[in-house]
Amino acid sequence: MAISALVPAGTQVAREPERRRGGLIALALLVPGLAYLALFFLVPFVSLLITSFGINDTATYGGYYYAFYWQNYVDVIAQYWPQFVRSFWYALLATVFALLISYPIAYFIGVTIREHKMLRNLLLVLVIAPFFISFLLRTLAWKQILSDEGPVVGVLQAVGLMGAQDHITGTGFAVVFGLTYNFIPFMTLPIFASLDRLDKRLIEAGNDLYASHASTFWKVTFPLSLPGVISGTLLTFIPAAGDYVNASQSFLGGPGTAMIGNVIQSKFLITVNYPQAAALSILLMAVIVVIVAFYVRRSGTDDLL
Amino acid sequence: MTAVETSTVRMRAAARRRKPAGSWLLPTYVTVAFLILLIPIAYTFAFSFNDANRSNISWNGFTLDNWMTVCAQPEVCVAFGNSLLVGAVSTAIATTLGTMIALALVRYRFRARSAISLLLFLPMATPEVVIGAGLASQFLTIGVAKGLGTIIIAHTMFCLSFVVVTVRARVLSLDPSLEEAGRDLYGSPRAVFWRITFPLLLPGIVAAALLSFSLSFDDFIITYFTSGTVQTFPVYIYVAAQRGIPPQANVIASAVFLIAIAATLIFQIISARRASRLRR
Repeated sequence: MAISALVPAGTQVAREPERRRGGLIALALLVPGLAYLALFFLVPFVSLLITSFGINDTATYGGYYYAFYWQNYVDVIAQYWPQFVRSFWYALLATVFALLISYPIAYFIGVTIREHKMLRNLLLVLVIAPFFISFLLRTLAWKQILSDEGPVVGVLQAVGLMGAQDHITGTGFAVVFGLTYNFIPFMTLPIFASLDRLDKRLIEAGNDLYASHASTFWKVTFPLSLPGVISGTLLTFIPAAGDYVNASQSFLGGPGTAMIGNVIQSKFLITVNYPQAAALSILLMAVIVVIVAFYVRRSGTDDLL
Repeated sequence: MTAVETSTVRMRAAARRRKPAGSWLLPTYVTVAFLILLIPIAYTFAFSFNDANRSNISWNGFTLDNWMTVCAQPEVCVAFGNSLLVGAVSTAIATTLGTMIALALVRYRFRARSAISLLLFLPMATPEVVIGAGLASQFLTIGVAKGLGTIIIAHTMFCLSFVVVTVRARVLSLDPSLEEAGRDLYGSPRAVFWRITFPLLLPGIVAAALLSFSLSFDDFIITYFTSGTVQTFPVYIYVAAQRGIPPQANVIASAVFLIAIAATLIFQIISARRASRLRR
């Protein structure tokens, strides 16, 4: 489910080939890649888990020794729960906004103009266009546009919607704005992929049966696009919760907008308190796994790919 | 065209003409949304022509100098070269390993299928900051110095799953009877694979490689944890953001953008041609 919705549309599944028994060829095909993932995804995770129970050695730079010091977890929760709550709150807001903004775009491209192949392909290129230009530069562009000297603040102050002391950059609003903007393509593409496969005759049938446009949408279109909505929300929520670029002070954030990613980054790369950084990472991962497991279960699918 | 078909076509056309009153609303919304979404790209592009030195923040007038002297800020070009190298190497490895897994997943039965699916799914569902911290912690534990090698290791890892997903969809869409025909005509397994399966898979493999390269090229979070003192293009921008980004960075980003858009359009035109030729 989830991720498969990202795959370019128009790939219809042919007759399922009968699978042959594994054997040596299957093994030879699988082992190199899976060994790679085990070595550089699973082992680092275990390494992180071990480090998270270590004791930070304040005497040496970045030193720690192995122990079973679960107090790390208690400490980081006590100290950083506001950043945790903020991360998931910002990620949730960004996911909801991105969904509201992206759905009509995906609907327009996938359903309304489906027959106009040229226009459809052109708009699809526009959707993925941001992928081709560094997201850091795009975020910095917003920073300049929304800055105190920028046009937006100027206009809003002139019409009296903002006071002279108010800012946009450095606020939670700016961070959520940046997150929403950055993840809109990740939301639009899977929803588009679902809507593109939608049989238009079902909508026509709904209208023929005297259903209003709204009830046709909620009873027919939306349920059929649900796989795309689910993968889009996952592709937005998970990276948004761990993001630390938008909330960073040299980008859209301010002193009061640090997310958990910012804390992990500074613990790991600046204050080099590895055990605490590891404990925070494990906690972030654990919360996300719980949320995703619950969400995927609700969506009623087991096949993860 | 049969009579029935003509009448359905007519009915469809009638249905299209009978549009709801607010039918201008959606196109207007989409236009406005796209205009807003494209603002940062236009901004980055415009400021590549800004007559500014270090801090490319306010508009100082139009110049082509930045485009002529891209490598006047050598770090920008070095970082860009590193990004290209990392992207190329990790894409090559990830595409090879990922295509092999995708073939095995579709074609063969084996045990531990769901465990393997989970192992492939997890890297895509893990926040980058956790992957980065994990790799950094592993490199620290085993005492590997961070640099280009560690960046490539990391990028190959997170691209792999995306390659598997993309190629797997292509393998699933293959018509098995084509390969059966090849075998019936006494093609050896090797000949059947290289003359039939592989060419049919190629569009999927190319798409996977492009996806993988763009993921690698634009990655910042994982790279920052695994790069040490080596800078890729995004890392350079992040570090430079604190003191001001030279306009040359905008030039490189804009040039890459234009090339990528042109390549995408050409790719689309070619596949549209192919599709219409196959239909005939």
